[in-house]
Amino acid sequence: MENVSTVIIDGREIPLEGEKNLLEVIRKAGIDIPTFCYVSELSVYGACRMCTVDIEGRGLQTSCSTPPEPGMKVRTSTEPVRQIRKVALELFLANHERECTTCSKSLACKLQDLSKKLGVGKVRFRSVQKSQPINESVSIVREPNKCILCGDCVRMCGEVQGIGAIDFAFRGHDVRVQPAFGKSLDEVSCVFCGQCVRVCPTGALSPKSETEAVWKDLHDPKKVVVAQIAPAVRVALGEAFGYQPGEVTTGQIIAALKMMGFSKVYDTCYAADLTIMEEGNEFIQRATTGGVLPMFTSCCPGWIKYVEQHHPDIIPHLSTCKSPQQMFGAVAKGVVAQEMGIQRQDMVVVSIMPCTAKKFEAKRPEFTQEGIAEVDHVITTQELVAMINEHGIQFRNLKPESLDMPLGFKTGAGVIFGNSGGVMEAALRYVAEKVENKALDSVDFHEVRGDAGIREAEVHLAGKTYKLAVVHSLGNAKKLLERVKAGKSQYHFIEVMSCPGGCINGGGQPVSARPEARQKRTAGLYEADKALQLHKSQENPYILELYAKSLGAVGGHKAHSLLHTRYSSRRRILGEALDLSDGPGAGKVEVKVCMGTSCYLKGSQDLLHRLARYVSENKLQAEVLPKATFCFEACDQGPTVEIGDQVIHRCSLDQAVAALETALDARRRSQAAV
Amino acid sequence: MPALKSPLEVAFKGREGMRKIVICTGTGCIANGALEVKEAFERELKAAGFDTIEAFEGLEAVKEPKQAAYLSKSGCQGFCQMGPLVSIMPEDILYTKVKPENVQAIVARTLKAGEVIPELLYVDPGTKARCRSQHTIPFYQRQSRFVLKQCGDLDPENLGEYLAIGGYQAAKGCWQDRTPEQVCKEMLESGLRGRGGGGFPTGKKWELTRVQKSAKKYVICNGDEGDPGAFMDRSVMEGNPHSVIEGMMIAARAIGADEGVVYVRAEYPLAVKRVRKACADARKAGILGQDVFGTGRAFDVNVMEGAGAFVCGEETALMASVEGERGMPSPKPPFPAQSGLWEKPTVINNVETLATVPLIMSMGAAEFRKMGTATSPGTKTFALSGHVRNTGLIEVPFGLTLKEVVHEIGGGVTNRKGKLEPLGFKAVQIGGPSGGCLTKDHLDLPLDFDSLRSIGAMVGSGGLVVMNQGTCMVSIAKYFMRFTQNESCGKCVLCREGTKQMLHLLEDITEGRATLETLDTLQELAQAVQRGSLCGLGKTAPNPVLSTLKHFKGEYLAHVVDKRCPTGECKALARPEIIAEKCKGCTACARKCPVGAITGEAKKPHAISQELCIKCGACAVACQFNAVVGV
Repeated sequence: MENVSTVIIDGREIPLEGEKNLLEVIRKAGIDIPTFCYVSELSVYGACRMCTVDIEGRGLQTSCSTPPEPGMKVRTSTEPVRQIRKVALELFLANHERECTTCSKSLACKLQDLSKKLGVGKVRFRSVQKSQPINESVSIVREPNKCILCGDCVRMCGEVQGIGAIDFAFRGHDVRVQPAFGKSLDEVSCVFCGQCVRVCPTGALSPKSETEAVWKDLHDPKKVVVAQIAPAVRVALGEAFGYQPGEVTTGQIIAALKMMGFSKVYDTCYAADLTIMEEGNEFIQRATTGGVLPMFTSCCPGWIKYVEQHHPDIIPHLSTCKSPQQMFGAVAKGVVAQEMGIQRQDMVVVSIMPCTAKKFEAKRPEFTQEGIAEVDHVITTQELVAMINEHGIQFRNLKPESLDMPLGFKTGAGVIFGNSGGVMEAALRYVAEKVENKALDSVDFHEVRGDAGIREAEVHLAGKTYKLAVVHSLGNAKKLLERVKAGKSQYHFIEVMSCPGGCINGGGQPVSARPEARQKRTAGLYEADKALQLHKSQENPYILELYAKSLGAVGGHKAHSLLHTRYSSRRRILGEALDLSDGPGAGKVEVKVCMGTSCYLKGSQDLLHRLARYVSENKLQAEVLPKATFCFEACDQGPTVEIGDQVIHRCSLDQAVAALETALDARRRSQAAV
Repeated sequence: MPALKSPLEVAFKGREGMRKIVICTGTGCIANGALEVKEAFERELKAAGFDTIEAFEGLEAVKEPKQAAYLSKSGCQGFCQMGPLVSIMPEDILYTKVKPENVQAIVARTLKAGEVIPELLYVDPGTKARCRSQHTIPFYQRQSRFVLKQCGDLDPENLGEYLAIGGYQAAKGCWQDRTPEQVCKEMLESGLRGRGGGGFPTGKKWELTRVQKSAKKYVICNGDEGDPGAFMDRSVMEGNPHSVIEGMMIAARAIGADEGVVYVRAEYPLAVKRVRKACADARKAGILGQDVFGTGRAFDVNVMEGAGAFVCGEETALMASVEGERGMPSPKPPFPAQSGLWEKPTVINNVETLATVPLIMSMGAAEFRKMGTATSPGTKTFALSGHVRNTGLIEVPFGLTLKEVVHEIGGGVTNRKGKLEPLGFKAVQIGGPSGGCLTKDHLDLPLDFDSLRSIGAMVGSGGLVVMNQGTCMVSIAKYFMRFTQNESCGKCVLCREGTKQMLHLLEDITEGRATLETLDTLQELAQAVQRGSLCGLGKTAPNPVLSTLKHFKGEYLAHVVDKRCPTGECKALARPEIIAEKCKGCTACARKCPVGAITGEAKKPHAISQELCIKCGACAVACQFNAVVGV
């Protein structure tokens, strides 16, 4: 042991092996040190104080923020340490909505768990809860009254995803986490990836539950309810029932769904195979006919929303293929319903997804034809667990059952879709064979597998080199995009998944306390691929049959209308303008001044100030309602002002005043007439 | 390096017979009308035929000194309660509470006729003696004005004057003739400790930053003075901004920084303006910039305004704020010396510390150590306030006792009516909301870093609030807790929730809802917050609670057990009663009572209904016979 540096944790000598902080060393020593705000993939924050330990010679320190040094003597439980933890827990609880019985996070809540473990029998402090409204977005529900302000979500959104849709507002006891201006998540740049949900230790952030709607349809005799199970679900759902992460439980899931009343249980992997046919073909077309390159994958709805919001200029680079979820819905309702002899409107498609953004995707207007959505309900893995429990199904005792055909048949290519790099690998298995016009020797493309945030690979096909990139997490995607836009990196094909590690680590997956869960789920999907007979989408006989019987050619007209989509710029913040007056607004002349970046830089704030001054100096407050708005999409002509129904570009104060007086005259005349 | 010359000496040399009129333009004096007084002087001097010199540079042109008057502004002279202050030199007369209408008389009688106007002199309330000059006023007599020395003499907006007294010579010496190691060594030897509260040795801080290998380093001046009632740093920035910049230049030389930031609270507009002007002037004169003192090395300083959060005085929060982030502290390590502003090695010193630096470099470490005590050399400024006769800004050598400060400089403790009360001393809150209280047992305690720490208090940034016997110590703890609770950034749970809960527990105590268990809970909570909080603000927030619990436990018990506030300050606990023997039945109280809580027949003793009474005290005021007690 002489050359090994060690620290002493509670009297035991523990070797240092490059841990970045003391907390990791203590955990390695087998002590489950409590924490709320330490998440290994995020920066150290030091706010929950739960991991405080006593270091000889230095006193009480938080172990998360202390780099380990050889020879340190650490005691993880002393009287002052216990006191700090207990008092901190009581303080958290005094400002927490303690309706545990009705909380979606009950039994998976860290606050509940630690309160029990640390023996907090009583909260001596008075409740200082401020009642803040619940914010339900299409994918994610925020319950601020359950927030303990650990900041994990804020750092996840900012540091890992590079978005910053939520942050701290106000200070002291008024601090809260919220989107800008207290708006709803629906109205801001949130992409609904759900990574915030994944790291939230309490019930403050949860997936928007759709289980009620699913039960209703299951219990409606007129409805034929079919399920699709996303690849990542099968390697994670079991965790809620004592299985190891990565253990495949598809058979039990099918059995459970059938018991609940699902008519058919299909596989999203089938649709993933279909996606590869279309997307692989699209790539070959682009690459051989001088199309727009690099091409980006389009399976991930978080990524799509991110591009539409932040990088609409690269929309032409996105594959036009719908995601597997939506292709499934399109085929199920557009082809299979007919084959089953039922009306489209009588079929209910329920997606079981690892992902919260899929809920948003299913509700996009592009995916509703003639008032009928391709996918009716999206439930996350967590929600399916809840349904299994509600039904009382003893999951571990279930006898595995098989998927229904034809949409239950898949190749390994469709299975690995749930891993970062999986879509790229599946596409390569198609593209390589098509371009080289001969069967592949090996179907494994190890160069695109792995855990690095940005991975690059080259493949040589028919004498041409193709440069590929695989990224996961939107923060990495942003870095890569910047490189691509700056011309520093030349790629042909780029796979992007919003969640770190891909879908297996999605925001709707069971919350795992085990850091190795992600790697195990990834391995589980690669194993599942190996266990299958077929590994290439183009060998899926049911896919070939679908083209032969219904769709015609790959990439053909019918396939295009059913399986491809369009995107549009979403650069603008949605929702109401900010009302700047105190009184009621009805009947007043509205003066909207754009506060978007371009207009702001061209002096719109100053203009608004001066207009507001004009209004108050001339005592027009009763007649005029000044508002700050976001964008009129005329950034080159700013500042833009809308007065009444007149939009004025390059607006000066004089112009605004003239327009305001005109509008006021009109208003007064119409009132006099009344 | 030569020590600084006196501004007076510089001004009068070769111009015997000239007069210098110094008008204090610190914030306090400006608020009391100092600028109007200055205008009046401009007017009256001209009318009386004086050549008025407005700025230091104008002295060169003086032909007839006897007909010349140098009208100069100064920074805060500390005696704010007596402002506006006007000094007439070389006669050395200090006029207090000067109004514009007094100016004509000053010009005619003092400048022309050479007589003193007794009505404008300060009267020592103890001896009733009129004090002709600063040196004869007790408030100043026990002080050692060292850092603040130039603040009263120098025109803070005039670089020329600062240069003329030898300003920037210390920085020049460090940049031209000394190595960074030598500068750090001198600072270490001086024993200077940070004046911002922590008392960390400045030389050590510099040395730790100097040894970091980085092409980019920063010096930050922390001017985010936020303690209620404290204005030491403001006075230095307003009164002698160049000394702060010079201190930063020396720090920059010591660590190898090329960029500096002065972070000033936005609530100090005058300080912001003067430091900005000082930077601009120094830059124009080639003192700051790309080629400092011809060494080919760069150093420049920018001023940044803080947005009004107390916590931004905490160094990691301050740096986050400079970077445009939310002003929230982050855990240390890493320390700023390793990874500070923009993740570069950074020295962050307080204003007063930096203003001391050029003085140390001029006089040498050995000479500096002659002031103060062995482990706390030098002087410290304090903002003296509360129940003492003289309030204001004071500077004393470390080691002076509390008694000397309160009774000699402060002129003794006053009672509720403002009258001197020799036995009225109850406690002193030192170090503001982060500090603790000192009691009569500590009157002989020398004020220095280690003595104060030994009894659980701290020098802090230098607030000294004196409290008389009529002060409720639980209310004091509550007052400071309300302050820290408001100023908590909300990041760490112990401070965010803990200060809120401590405040609630204190309210329970002062409003009669507490039990003995409340005291135990309060004690345990305060201890946990002190031990476990993330930053200095949180760690020190419970100090007022813990020290009052320690020294005034009896007063807490009176509130909790007897439901009684010994000083009568806690209104909720008041039980007004009418002493039947004293009551003449005049009905005055009953007529004044706004809620009809007092009943009784005329000429017979009255009584107060406790259910109806709102404890406003109107009855006690109305009673001519002192029959109403307990409110």
